[in-house]
Amino acid sequence: MSIPPNHLELTKVEIEFPTPHGPFKALQDVNLTINKGEFVSLIGHSGCGKSTVLNIVAGLYQATAGGVLLDGKEVNAPGPERAVVFQNHSLLPWLTAYENVELAVKQVFGKSKTKAEMRDWIIHNLSLVHMEHAMHKRPDEISGGMKQRVGIARALAMEPTVLLMDEPFGALDALTRAHLQDSLMEIQKELNNTVIMITHDVDEAVLLSDRIVMMTNGPAATVGEILSIDLPRPRNRIQLADDAQYNHYRHEVLSFLYEKQRKPVDAEEAKETAVTEKKLAQELHSSSSEEKTKSAEAAA
Amino acid sequence: MSQMIATLGLGALFENPRASLAKLSKAVLLPLVGLLVFLFIWEVGAKSINTSLGVFPGPKAVYEQSVNLINEHRAERTREQEFYDRQEERNAKKLAKNPDAEVKIRPYTGAPTFFDQIGTSLITVMSGFILASLIAIPGGIMIGLNQQLYSALNPLIQLFKPISPLAWLPLVTMVVSAVYVSDDPMFAKSFITSLITVSLCSLWPTLLNTAVGVSSISKDLQNVSQVLRLSWMTHIIKIVLPSSIPMMFTGLRLSLGIAWMVLIAAEMLAQNPGLGKFVWDEFQNGSSQSLSRIMVAVLVIGLIGFLLDRCMLLLQRKVSWDKNAVTR
Ligand SMILES: Nc1ncnc2c1ncn2[C@@H]1O[C@H](COP(=O)(O)OP(=O)(O)OP(=O)(O)O)[C@@H](O)[C@H]1O
Ligand SMILES: [Mg+2]
Repeated sequence: MSIPPNHLELTKVEIEFPTPHGPFKALQDVNLTINKGEFVSLIGHSGCGKSTVLNIVAGLYQATAGGVLLDGKEVNAPGPERAVVFQNHSLLPWLTAYENVELAVKQVFGKSKTKAEMRDWIIHNLSLVHMEHAMHKRPDEISGGMKQRVGIARALAMEPTVLLMDEPFGALDALTRAHLQDSLMEIQKELNNTVIMITHDVDEAVLLSDRIVMMTNGPAATVGEILSIDLPRPRNRIQLADDAQYNHYRHEVLSFLYEKQRKPVDAEEAKETAVTEKKLAQELHSSSSEEKTKSAEAAA
Repeated sequence: MSQMIATLGLGALFENPRASLAKLSKAVLLPLVGLLVFLFIWEVGAKSINTSLGVFPGPKAVYEQSVNLINEHRAERTREQEFYDRQEERNAKKLAKNPDAEVKIRPYTGAPTFFDQIGTSLITVMSGFILASLIAIPGGIMIGLNQQLYSALNPLIQLFKPISPLAWLPLVTMVVSAVYVSDDPMFAKSFITSLITVSLCSLWPTLLNTAVGVSSISKDLQNVSQVLRLSWMTHIIKIVLPSSIPMMFTGLRLSLGIAWMVLIAAEMLAQNPGLGKFVWDEFQNGSSQSLSRIMVAVLVIGLIGFLLDRCMLLLQRKVSWDKNAVTR
């Protein structure tokens, strides 16, 4: 491969947040090397520090020890070459969808593109996420999923070298989500940008990623396991549903999350996570039973 | 116009011809009932209060006086017109006799009427309010952006904020007399004194609310600004100003309310021309009509205060993106 390795490198990243009860060490000794054009998912329990890792790569947080290198240069401030899709969309409420994307496009391409080119580029990106019909609406006039899509369009429009996405499809319905996942795979194949995506959705992680980085529980969270997903691209969700290899990967991630990194059930968080945990536990169960039936079928 | 109607609370009547009865009663009937009850209590209560200037004026007396004041204003205007007409006539005659004669027109110096005083007060309050806003908005933005500056200035602001206009007035009057000396002043000294007093008292709410609005910009939006690497200027224009506009307007409306109250007090105390002086003059005058005339002034002061606030509300609706924040 002609692509040089060590495109993005996190070395011994550690971060401490000052709190009223003394410093809180959220991350410790996080090491990760990502190649150009690679799609990496971060997965882990709520509150383990996924967003924090992303924010450090974005330059919004400063690691208290260790650091991040992008193409050999140290990351210590945010910049448009590392676009972020924020967990809570973060659109400017007084601007329309179009104007929100425009602000980013003007900032990045203000000198290199003409007005008409910028206009076309904004509309192109909004139509990638199927938002062209509502592009002149303000955030309070569109649904949560639509806001998230505009946030994605804004990040894509910046043509970033590294695209950082914090649960980008969390607020979307299953159909839109599937659609956007497919679009994202296409866009990423075309532009070959590096993507780091945080997700809670195991299927999504396996479907989209080249590698899945599984994080241990905090405090002092770190990289637990890294799973390489060697599935051929383009990937088709329907075909993969019956793919043994795919289901094996799924099972790996689920067993990391719910067997190895099982959360110590403390009263407060139990309430919060009980529902999802139960659902996922069922899923884990069904996926292993699926595999069992499959192996039974194979045996027969 | 339609917006005006809506703001005055009559929107329900017009926007839907089949407006439900409940809506109608809420918009028109209930306020009307309130008004009638008020008038009744006023009428009954007024009769039982005897002052040294006679019985306290009821609604009828006040109505009569307001008609009176309008007539007086008209009469004064006619007199003024006649005064100028007479002068011109005389000058024309002079010029007819001797084309080289020097002619001049002397200005009319009649006493200001009630409506002249309203005009003076409105001009003064707007000037004072605009001056205060010109100081308070940029100041508030600076303080909001800079935590150190805020910490340094906050005690001072808290100290100056509660000062009554009556306390400032003597100081301002003395300082203006000492500093504002010119042979041909553009503005009257009394105007400058009122203006500065009004500004001093009314700038605090705008200053504080703007500062709070600016400093409470959500972390998320600041992150966006950072990721986009917006320049300082763009950051202020695209992020800081729009997101603090709702708070800013809350401050501006409070400020305008205070400005209006302070102005009336200042005019009364300092004998500066305006509605306050009208009230004071009537009080000193002590005729049998004085109380009714003061009552007219009091109601007009209230009405103008209300209209000023509505104007700010209309402006806020026009300028602010956050249409939900403007409900009251
Ligand atoms: N600015 C901060 N100050 C103090 N503590 C923080 C700060 N940001 C994050 N933390 C703490 O660091 C830990 C990791 O937070 P983070 O937001 O990265 O979690 P996460 O994995 O993204 O969770 P979720 O999946 O719910 O989004 C949490 O315990 C959180 O309380
Ligand atoms: Mg998070």
